Amino acid sequence: ESGPELDIRWPIGLLFAAIGIVVTIYGLFSNARSELWAREININLWWGAAMLAFGLAMICGAIRAGRRTRN
Amino acid sequence: MHLEWIDYAVIALYCAFVLGVGFALKKSMRTSLDFFLSGRRIPAWITGLAFISANLGALEVMGMAASGAKYGMLTSHFYWLGAIPAMIFVGLCMMPFYYGSRARSVPEYLRLRFDEKTRAFNALTFAVMTILASGINLYAMALVFKLMLGWSIHATILLSAIVVLIYTFFGGLTSSIYNEVLQFFLIVFGILPLAVLTVTKAGGWSGLEARMPPGFTHMWSNLGQATANPMGVDWFQLVAGLGFVLSFGYWCTDFLVVQRALAARDMTAAQKTPLIAALPKMFIPFLVIVPGMAAWVLLPKAAFLVQGKIDYNMALPLLLAHYYPPGMLGVGITALLASFMSGMAGNVTAFNTVWTYDIYHSYIRRDATDAHYLQMGKIATVGGVLLSVAAAYVALSFHNIMDYLQLIFSFVNAPLFATFLLGMFWKRTTPNGAFYGLASGTAAAALHYFATLHGLFIYRSEMAANFDRAIYAWAVCFFVTIGVSVFTKPRSEAELGGLVYSLTKKQSYEHLRWIRRPATLAVIVGMVAIVLNWIYR
Repeated sequence: ESGPELDIRWPIGLLFAAIGIVVTIYGLFSNARSELWAREININLWWGAAMLAFGLAMICGAIRAGRRTRN
Repeated sequence: MHLEWIDYAVIALYCAFVLGVGFALKKSMRTSLDFFLSGRRIPAWITGLAFISANLGALEVMGMAASGAKYGMLTSHFYWLGAIPAMIFVGLCMMPFYYGSRARSVPEYLRLRFDEKTRAFNALTFAVMTILASGINLYAMALVFKLMLGWSIHATILLSAIVVLIYTFFGGLTSSIYNEVLQFFLIVFGILPLAVLTVTKAGGWSGLEARMPPGFTHMWSNLGQATANPMGVDWFQLVAGLGFVLSFGYWCTDFLVVQRALAARDMTAAQKTPLIAALPKMFIPFLVIVPGMAAWVLLPKAAFLVQGKIDYNMALPLLLAHYYPPGMLGVGITALLASFMSGMAGNVTAFNTVWTYDIYHSYIRRDATDAHYLQMGKIATVGGVLLSVAAAYVALSFHNIMDYLQLIFSFVNAPLFATFLLGMFWKRTTPNGAFYGLASGTAAAALHYFATLHGLFIYRSEMAANFDRAIYAWAVCFFVTIGVSVFTKPRSEAELGGLVYSLTKKQSYEHLRWIRRPATLAVIVGMVAIVLNWIYR
């Protein structure tokens, strides 16, 4: 349902999952902090996790679409 | 600005995926239609995101952030007035003719509707323009990364050209579209945290209102006179010049964006393509313009000094350097790199289509096999990339030549929408009317430019002169086309079925629920745009 042979959700999902993992792990070990609404946050950790979640959601969508097509 | 290993790791991941997409799509490229138009089987949500991303290059992202710092919220007119109405119009009113005529390109539509000479004029100017745009994009990328990171200009030009060449050569338009969608999400994930961090740091919207000059946070209230706003334009120039002539001329006739809709899987998907694109397009100002305004508030003016003059073009990279730690900096830089590369790829894929279908197939070799045209498309891709690299080096060595070339092509673009409007909605428009209207509109734009240069017209800003020039060119083209058409022979009605409004069977949407119809989406988009204009008036 996503068009040609390659479902676009695979490259999007895998890329963002990979970037999310790398940035999140880096965030776990770095002390860099950003100021948001007068609070100190580890932006690598939080935004890396958000990118990872987005990537995984895309991969799940691609898997479900693949199953639907096969059935 | 200095990058850490983590930043280079993110950039390397992106490059690996981009090349992977090209290789993965290689086996799907069996026919010329697969290569040039993705086999017309892409779903609307993908073509919609590609439609907006084709226009969301790094020059746009950085330029709009710079304009945000220079003009404030007035810059949002380029979106809420200068894009959304035209995107609604092309989706609802023009796509039935583009897609329904089965034309493979915009110049081919002109041949079907008018004649060979109008198509040749449009195809040749478009092919040269895309190469220029691609080369300037490549040059700008090299310059930005040289200024930001100290990267070698030659290495940046050659490496990025090689990456773009590989994925467009193997994957054609599909590869370009897929990477544009990747780029869209990278821009969102790479720039959104920056927007939140900088705007909250500036004290939110109320902080921006308090700290920026009066009028910088309003869109309409200072447009009564050109002297009352930093753009130096009045409401008529803005509405008629930007909101009508220039925006409709770009969004409705530029093959670079229309090509994305032609790749859609059916008529409804093609119509929805610009409408789906319009939804995220409306919120791009919050991603790039508002951070540009925050840069004006947060960064010292000395940060914008270039050779003793204030230059806001580096506002976004400066914010990246100030507010992102290593890691997120890599994501932000990758977003810029992605938008530079997909901007170039979009131009190259539009060039190879127009070259193969509208020039090679029409004038050089008419009766070859489909496999031959597929091969020619791949050769044109290599040629397009090589010409882009050459254009980048011309821009690097002779800035003025590129400025003049762009100026000349702006003369050609301004009147184009009048030709399409009359061609699609007035069956009496003749081939000669279209050609001479287009030629006289182009001449009017050139005359206006030279008259302004010699002081016959005085404007408060170059932008005001550009808007007025577009209005003159469009009006001359419109009336000359009508005048010549009245005295020349139109094409027979039998030839114009599917090409003109009154001679085309109306599309039925009975099979779709009301919520899924293009008109419903258009109403939603239009209402959101009106609300945004009202809130920031």
